Amino acid sequence: MPALPSLILYFSLFVSLFFEVVILITYFETREEIKFEEEHLKKPILSYPSVSIIVPSFNEEATVAGTIDSLLKLDYPADKLSLLLIDDGSSDKTLEVMNRYKDHSQVRIFSKPNEGSKFAALNFALERVETDLVGCLDADSFVAPGALKLMIPFFEDAETMAVTPAVKIHEPKNLLQRIQKMEYIWGVLFRRMLSSMGAMYVTPGPFSIFRTRVFRELGGYRLAHHTEDMEMALRMQKNHYKIVNSVGAHVFTVAPDKIKALYKQRVRWSYGFLNNAIDYKDMYFNRKYGHIGMFILPIATLSVFNTLYAAVMFVWGIGIKSAHAFTKYQVVGFSAHAPSLNFNWFYWNTSVLICVALVAVAINITLLLLSAGIAKEEKFIGKELLYYLTLYIFLPPFWLAKSTYNTVFSKKISWR
Amino acid sequence: MSNKKYIFAFLITAAIFVTALYVSNTLNKKKLDEVRLVEDRLSLNILSSETQSALLQETSCKDVNNTFLTYELADLGNKLSYAASQNSSDNAQIVTLKHYYSLLQIKDYLLMKNITAKCGIKPTFLLYFYSDKSGCPDCEKMGYVLDALHEKYPGIRIYSFDYNSDEPAVKSLISIYHVDNKLPAVIANSDPYYGFKTVNELETKIPSLTRLKIEFDKARAASSTPATTTPQ
Repeated sequence: MPALPSLILYFSLFVSLFFEVVILITYFETREEIKFEEEHLKKPILSYPSVSIIVPSFNEEATVAGTIDSLLKLDYPADKLSLLLIDDGSSDKTLEVMNRYKDHSQVRIFSKPNEGSKFAALNFALERVETDLVGCLDADSFVAPGALKLMIPFFEDAETMAVTPAVKIHEPKNLLQRIQKMEYIWGVLFRRMLSSMGAMYVTPGPFSIFRTRVFRELGGYRLAHHTEDMEMALRMQKNHYKIVNSVGAHVFTVAPDKIKALYKQRVRWSYGFLNNAIDYKDMYFNRKYGHIGMFILPIATLSVFNTLYAAVMFVWGIGIKSAHAFTKYQVVGFSAHAPSLNFNWFYWNTSVLICVALVAVAINITLLLLSAGIAKEEKFIGKELLYYLTLYIFLPPFWLAKSTYNTVFSKKISWR
Repeated sequence: MSNKKYIFAFLITAAIFVTALYVSNTLNKKKLDEVRLVEDRLSLNILSSETQSALLQETSCKDVNNTFLTYELADLGNKLSYAASQNSSDNAQIVTLKHYYSLLQIKDYLLMKNITAKCGIKPTFLLYFYSDKSGCPDCEKMGYVLDALHEKYPGIRIYSFDYNSDEPAVKSLISIYHVDNKLPAVIANSDPYYGFKTVNELETKIPSLTRLKIEFDKARAASSTPATTTPQ
């Protein structure tokens, strides 16, 4: 009978594999739907709804001009598109950069004191929105010119209340950004699958477009543990407001280029997920909420603990091996002979766990390649795939541990 | 919401697990079969040596190789301990293979004692008694020391026995050499040495190892001393 730690490990692996298989099946179910969407999106738009895009900015002097320029280059009738630039109490030259656009007919600029989180800036702008649709674009993100046109047709369905884009990394330069590029590519497929399942639990800050009435009916953004985009999606799901994903609408965001910044961002995201999950706990295993309540939220929560458990087991294994190596060193010193690599198959680990893990990795690679296809990134993922598979796995346990700790001990986190 | 997809996904996941279980069991069985095969081969080799020993009066000691089977026994020991670490300790096949291995070691020990005595060779035999159970915190360290010793002096023959083995032959060995349950224990030329000992301590305390060390140091000094004569 395997010991309890092994049983937990088997269970974790079963859950991870089950999740991958569900996503893979959903992909095969959705292929035709995606093709049909692509064809439908090629048709001309007969009536353009009016759209406002909010750009909340706090100390984004380096990137905000690029964000505004990309919005002004959107292939969309100028009289139907307006921009609300919000300087959220920046201490740098963000407002100065914004003021360069003050004479542009599509642009309105506002400056307000910072209230510690993005949600206040968004609500400030929402009060001034009078268009049919409204979206937001973080001041470190850029849209592809055709993005909006690839999202608007989804609103032909009167039930659709929000459309999310495919978020990708803007010009990754260093190793850390390249690893995140692959992660975001995987996110493109994952979000599209969630869309098919009616289970989107985030309406990402970069360029999610909503019917303005959503905010009139459900209220504005909330602090929501500094993940207002997640809370809004969960609130919409709870009220059975339909959220879909436009996989062809590409939005690019600047990824953190330093470990510390990435860690801080991910602690905020995972802390936000755990705490919003607690706030919306009544959705869990509730048939009323379909796939999101019965599958996606429970498995996403479980995956946090699976990752932490796997990390603990990994560190434990390394610790035991190191202890043996240290004991050996204490007793006989370093061996005069270098340890020889033994390629005899007899010494290969052929445990059930390894066999299942190999299958899980194979399915994972398949999903990543399918993601690259759907995100139109097939030609550029060689290195990214390798980095992602070998290096990325070591990163999440750090921020998941911190956010779990903060959640358990009710310690708040800050936006920055 | 349809449950069909989840049932289908569950069945696929379960099928992957069952397949992995089958593949893993098949490969592990193949490994144990390989251990069994090596043991059978070793058994045959020992039988051959026993026959050779019986014929010694009619043949020359030059034909007897005193490092005979050392590598095979060590390789078998490594494979068996790896297989044991990958399977549960109460695996019946592993237990049987361990018994078989203990018997082969004893047979090899007796045979080599016999051959070396007849041929006037002064070999170094070490019988090492350990315990897999938690009662022997120093056994791991002693294992490293004996590995290092064997690496330094490849000619010595080290036989390892689980002190708690049910194998009657091992119990007899323990009884013959009056080995107390003060593990780890090393028996050299019928003398017991209890508790953890470093390589140096073993070299100092066990006379046959002391001789080997002197020879080893001499050989090393000879190989590191530069030539004193100047070539003409």
